[in-house]
Amino acid sequence: MNVAPSTTAKFGQSVKRVEDSRLITGNGRYVDDLLLPGQTYAAFVRSAHAHARIASIDTSSAAQMPGVVRILTGQDLVDAGLAPLPCGWNLDSVDGTPARVAVHRALATDAVRFVGEPVALVIAETRNQARDAADAVFVNYEELPTVVDLRAAIAPDAPQLHADIPQNRAFTWGIGDAAQVDAAFARASHKVGIELRNNRLVPNAMEPRAINAEWRTFDRSMTIHLTHQNPIGMRVMFMMLLGLESENHLRVVSPDVGGGFGSKAPAYPEELAVAFAARAVGRPVKWTAERTESFLTDAHGRDHITTAELALDDQGHFLAIRVHTLANFGAYVSTSNALVVSYMYATMLTGQYNIPAAHALVEGIYTNTCPVDAYRGAGRPEAAYLIERLANLAAQEIGVDQAEIRRRNFIRTFPHQTPLVYCYDSGDYEGCLDAALRLADYAGFESRRAEARARGKLRGIGLSAYVEACGIGPSRLLASLGGAGSMWESCEIRVQPAGSVEVLTGAHNHGQGHQTVYAQLVSERFGIPMDRITVIQGDTDRIQAGTGTYGSRASVGLSAAARSCDKIISKGREIVACMLGVEPDQVDFEDGIYSSAATNQTVAFAEMAHAAHAAASFPTDRIEPGLVATTFFDPPNFTYPAGVHVCEVEIDPETGVTEVVAFNAADDFGTVANPMIVEGQVHGGVTQGIGQALWENAVYDPETAQLLTASYMDYGMPRADSLPEFGLTFWPSPTPVNPLGMKGCGEAGAIGSPPAVINAVCDALGIAHMDMPASPEKIWRICRQRSEMA
Amino acid sequence: MTAITLNVNGASHAIDVEDRTLLVHALRDTLRLTGAHIGCDTSQCGACTVHIDGRAVKSCTVLAAQAVDSEIRTIEGLAKGADLHPMQAAFREHHGLQCGFCTPGMIMMAVDIARRHPRPDDATVRAELEGNLCRCTGYHNIVKAVIAGAAAMEGLA
Repeated sequence: MNVAPSTTAKFGQSVKRVEDSRLITGNGRYVDDLLLPGQTYAAFVRSAHAHARIASIDTSSAAQMPGVVRILTGQDLVDAGLAPLPCGWNLDSVDGTPARVAVHRALATDAVRFVGEPVALVIAETRNQARDAADAVFVNYEELPTVVDLRAAIAPDAPQLHADIPQNRAFTWGIGDAAQVDAAFARASHKVGIELRNNRLVPNAMEPRAINAEWRTFDRSMTIHLTHQNPIGMRVMFMMLLGLESENHLRVVSPDVGGGFGSKAPAYPEELAVAFAARAVGRPVKWTAERTESFLTDAHGRDHITTAELALDDQGHFLAIRVHTLANFGAYVSTSNALVVSYMYATMLTGQYNIPAAHALVEGIYTNTCPVDAYRGAGRPEAAYLIERLANLAAQEIGVDQAEIRRRNFIRTFPHQTPLVYCYDSGDYEGCLDAALRLADYAGFESRRAEARARGKLRGIGLSAYVEACGIGPSRLLASLGGAGSMWESCEIRVQPAGSVEVLTGAHNHGQGHQTVYAQLVSERFGIPMDRITVIQGDTDRIQAGTGTYGSRASVGLSAAARSCDKIISKGREIVACMLGVEPDQVDFEDGIYSSAATNQTVAFAEMAHAAHAAASFPTDRIEPGLVATTFFDPPNFTYPAGVHVCEVEIDPETGVTEVVAFNAADDFGTVANPMIVEGQVHGGVTQGIGQALWENAVYDPETAQLLTASYMDYGMPRADSLPEFGLTFWPSPTPVNPLGMKGCGEAGAIGSPPAVINAVCDALGIAHMDMPASPEKIWRICRQRSEMA
Repeated sequence: MTAITLNVNGASHAIDVEDRTLLVHALRDTLRLTGAHIGCDTSQCGACTVHIDGRAVKSCTVLAAQAVDSEIRTIEGLAKGADLHPMQAAFREHHGLQCGFCTPGMIMMAVDIARRHPRPDDATVRAELEGNLCRCTGYHNIVKAVIAGAAAMEGLA
């Protein structure tokens, strides 16, 4: 049930969402809501150990339990020829050797390498029967030493996770010009340095991962209902992994998806095992993760240890940056993580600043932890956090205000070629800064600080000026950098004889409001009411081509839609020209009406659509009947959203508790499709960033590598009572790289906010640095130490 | 298996459940009312919130058999036909949802907040929503929606 307004909309208006009517009435359809005829249920047997050899697996008593249909082990899958999981990005180390990618199987065979790794799969008639039987599978483990810490993992005596990967190092990748950087440091007047951790996060989409897979023996084909950000990409991947005969033997359907944040973009072992099992038992198999499973196995985010230095001249101009990052991959390489830690991270390390020289080394390292992959921002938050912390240290070193140090170093002319591959197309960084400072009443801060001090509170203010890269493409460039998949998006627009419109795109909504925004665009272009437009996504039987939704790439799919609209309008012009007996260039189209000054006649869009199908008013040897247009849009460059976040905190020195009392942001997303929706994206992103800065932290026990934060009672999720109202404004510089001028907005909040929060905490405490999360305990210890010294 | 009768959204349902069946599983799996969602396994997230005798309850904290003598209302029973409940309308109007997964629980909780606090302020709503997790919205628009929905329920909007 979708209820769209019966009026036309404009792109850029805050149109209320089309999808809400089903979601607020309980009529959303998520994968776990689906029951199929002959349904069976899967439960995984998971490793309780972080590192162990599997000596034996005894399934005999479990197999006798009520309702058990089949039990599969890793060896069963290997024997049946199931392929291991793929790595989606190829990197070479600085010495030219290819990255060492560990074999990652759907179910472990010889050894387990992190707590929660799936070892066996039980299929049963009911969910409870599957769980009961999974508990009865006996796995005989021989425990091995574990390693969690990144530095310990590359030490000479470290426990080694994979026999063929010495010192647990997947690669040492580099970017930039080290000699140029050395020369700049040699002549620098000042240097500032930092060592920091970017804390490991658990994505926590509220809908857990889920799959319901059905196999049809009669035509050897499969349908997979999957909560995923990229259902169409998963079709070709699962086809290949399962060894199906062709794409046409697999349909992937993603209905409503309850949040993703990157964690529903990889190909996961559990989903592959369940799909395999559906074929093995010849009945539909359903698995929905429990939250504990989500904590243990949804690809985690971030987890870097970085040392970095920034060289300055005597006026505080940035001369060069040198960075060395240890990136935790977890026990295996998840689909996109090699991209996340390289071209989505190190390329962004110069931020909004004109830094002539830069060099970064990134070491990808295996540890006995859950695999890491893209999480909201995916590399760019790590880069923004580093350069924005260094910027504040530079301000302290030079003795200028944190806004002033940024002003002195902003890039002011575009396009701007950075020393790290990317070419920024557009922006107004200082305008954005000024807009944010006005919104935050930056000038009035010191009086607020004094007022707080009178109440016994420590008040601080923090800035961050982030830039990121979205809408990535073109595909040819990405392939040259190591990409194993293309990055265009497609959009097909079908106009029906009565003038209603279907919009089919390979992007997939998981909260972004695509059904609304695509319809807004088409409504404006065709001049037809929103309720005549249906947006269709997430079913490979209906949409043949697409690359999904992640990396804030709405601009790519919407640009494809805009081009398809143009093609329809253009064909309509030819049809109307024939109807009116004029030349196409004598036909105008505006607000849904074709007209010709030559004849003074008009033809409405719906009349044209009818004529296109009737095929009676034009020569079909020259103009094909029907009204369908398809576009594949391959972006000519990335887009570079940017903005300034200003955070104000108050710290209670008695308890160490930090309260975010104000959070304001000015963002350049280029053209804003729907301000209401875009502001919502920023609210959510900023909240995740505040969460990272203050509360969220995935903690593994250093000895046992058990995940200590595996529930909502232990992991610091942002809650309604711990957040402020947000103040937002837009400061757009539309991009020339796509026809709509859009840059992307989905991840920006999570990129800009962590450094703004930590800069505010450091300002309040008068300290140089504190690692995230800035927990009450850490802050209390500092305050306590001071009061004891006083 | 035990035979029980559940009164849900004004209708009576005679069903068989295992003794250990949680109310949320009876609603979702047996009655096929899938609006209440399961977002955690520790009764923290609130996505499964329904009303039992007019009070918001996390339906993962109740055995189905414990709810036999009660009136249960789920998100599916909140609107009157095509007429949305004022709280549902407020969530749409104020963009109080994105992916929609936490939304049924949020709305059922919000109706209960409005019952107990007819004109709640921002701090009250935030404190009351402490047991309902949302990962998309940052709560900003949910708080606005609850305040507006409560006002509409009072006939003030």
